[in-house]
Amino acid sequence: MLIIKDLHASIEGKEILKGVNLTVKPGEVHAIMGPNGSGKSTLSAVLTGNPAYTVTGGEVEFYGKNLLELSPEDRSHEGIFLSFQYPVEIPGVLMSNFMRTAINEKRKYQGLEPMSATDFLKLMREKRAIVDLDNKLASRAVNEGFSGGEKKRNEIFQMAMLEPRLSILDETDSGLDIDALRTVANGVNRLKSADNATIVITHYQRLLDYIKPDQVHVLYKGRIVMTGGPELALELEEKGYDWIKEQVD
Amino acid sequence: MNNALKQYIDLHDENRDAITAHSAPQLNALRQEARKALEGAVLPRKGSDDYEATDLNAVLAPDYGVNINHVDLSRESTTKFRCEVPNLSTCLYYVFNDTFKPSSTAGKSGDNASVESFQATKHPEVLAKHYGTAASLSNPCTALNTMLAQDGVLIYIPKGSHTTRPIQLINVFDANARLMAVRRVLIVLEDDAQAKVLVCDHTKGDQQYLSLETVEVIVGRNAQLDYYHMEESDTHTTRLSQLWVRQQEGSNVLIDGITLTNGYTRNDYHIDVDGEHCDTHLLGMAIASGEQHVDNHTLINHNAPRCQSNEMFKYVLNDNSIGAFAGKILVKSDCPKIDAYQGNRNIVASPEARMYTKPQLEIYTDDVKCSHGATVGQLDQDALFYMQTRGISLPVAQKLLMQAFMSDVIDGVRLDTLRDRLRHLVEMRLSGDALICETCELKK
Repeated sequence: MLIIKDLHASIEGKEILKGVNLTVKPGEVHAIMGPNGSGKSTLSAVLTGNPAYTVTGGEVEFYGKNLLELSPEDRSHEGIFLSFQYPVEIPGVLMSNFMRTAINEKRKYQGLEPMSATDFLKLMREKRAIVDLDNKLASRAVNEGFSGGEKKRNEIFQMAMLEPRLSILDETDSGLDIDALRTVANGVNRLKSADNATIVITHYQRLLDYIKPDQVHVLYKGRIVMTGGPELALELEEKGYDWIKEQVD
Repeated sequence: MNNALKQYIDLHDENRDAITAHSAPQLNALRQEARKALEGAVLPRKGSDDYEATDLNAVLAPDYGVNINHVDLSRESTTKFRCEVPNLSTCLYYVFNDTFKPSSTAGKSGDNASVESFQATKHPEVLAKHYGTAASLSNPCTALNTMLAQDGVLIYIPKGSHTTRPIQLINVFDANARLMAVRRVLIVLEDDAQAKVLVCDHTKGDQQYLSLETVEVIVGRNAQLDYYHMEESDTHTTRLSQLWVRQQEGSNVLIDGITLTNGYTRNDYHIDVDGEHCDTHLLGMAIASGEQHVDNHTLINHNAPRCQSNEMFKYVLNDNSIGAFAGKILVKSDCPKIDAYQGNRNIVASPEARMYTKPQLEIYTDDVKCSHGATVGQLDQDALFYMQTRGISLPVAQKLLMQAFMSDVIDGVRLDTLRDRLRHLVEMRLSGDALICETCELKK
């Protein structure tokens, strides 16, 4: 579904991604690990079309379409979802209104009629149960006053609502206690199917105990320098990144 | 004296008899004093004190027709028009150009409340007692209004009376030539009275209109007033409005000034809090696009101790629009325990739009709590991108953020059905839709 070829990207003139190659197929879970500043979050930002980053080279193909040509909203309509490392608070915009607008914009893109209010409320009820969010969710402003754990669960709730084909989880484990981590991970696992795929960006092996990756990649200095199975994550947990840095540098 | 001003003084001098003859007698009493105040006065130009962005001289320079003989210029029967805000059952009155008309659905707004023209009022003593007591002739527009005013609307809520339905006054411009309407309103709430008043501005036709409006509000002891003003006029309309409020002990006043569509607007809000334990809420909102101009100038005088005031004005400026806000809170000496806040928040959504803001506090007493905050900024880029990643297109995301930005001013409306209506109107306005309500015959 996703083919990234020799992707280069920069922010404010500084090159962060220096030739990333990655192929993701339906049903797969890929973990991307790597030391701080290696470009993990940049990769997720570039894939979702964050205007702060400039793509300076390479290609990204998503189901045969040139992803880099699409606006952020159309990438979402095509089925790409990003769970933010730092979900944005939007005071004054209620979750219900926010999600309904999102769902109906997607339906418009697909040539469908807007969803009825009853169907929408039903859908919302069903999906928030996946991540244990209560019925006050609809009337709260987007992420405003949410605890760290609630914010991450809210990300997974939105993912459940939008049913993406490719989900990118950007350090979804950061700031979570064990219980919240389990809730979030269970949510992600319940949404997994043979047709969708997940890219998990994380610092720690811990999350991968819950969300089992098929492949683990190490991103360092803007390149994927090593790829392996789940055992690679365990090895990194034990030995750190220095041995990889030594090999590369 | 500027020529702009001279033409109106000349008009007055040449038509003195006609003006007096077609006027409520109580208005003639102040007319000469107003004329004297204007003599030697200079209409402020843009950039002068208190007029950072508004050129009063230029605005008043064109030769607008004034309806000296006070004939009814309205072209259509008022009974045709209804303003049917869903579930907001108001007692409805009109001012067509400068002529007061009750609607067929005016009804009664409470046992003793009365809404009448100055000329036909059954309470001339109320008019005589309060007319001109809140307004100051040092304001050139108020002086001009006082010199030329011949009629007006008296909203009188006697001691202890409560309105059961809101009073709605709709100002309509509808003429076949360039016209200045001299509009005057006096609202008197005696002690312990309560009222909710909604005033709306509309225009019909494509003439150049100037509304020269002075509103005086007298709020008695422990009285409670909500005063909402909504401007939904057109680009060829100029509005020069001054609202003068006097609050007595224990009174609670909410003033809400909303500009949804307009041409060139200058609103002056002047509130004198004369008694202790008063609550004052002054809210305002402006959404401007095209070449619209919205200038709000506010002054809250805390003349008595132990009062609270809360002020918030919000603007969203698009295209080439210009917004201005200047607000002052003045705490006189020997007025401890004042708790006052003033806020002005603005989103300038286009590189060509301009916002001028000037917050001021002037405090002559210790032991008060006063603060202010003014911000001018753009929409939150992180929030916009976040929404886009959820599939919400940029224009829709921008609209949602602007709507959210206005939500606290909308929530300040103390009439549930009006609040819902305002939320709907703001949404329509931000979507670029014309503000035509489904049932409105006025705009057809």
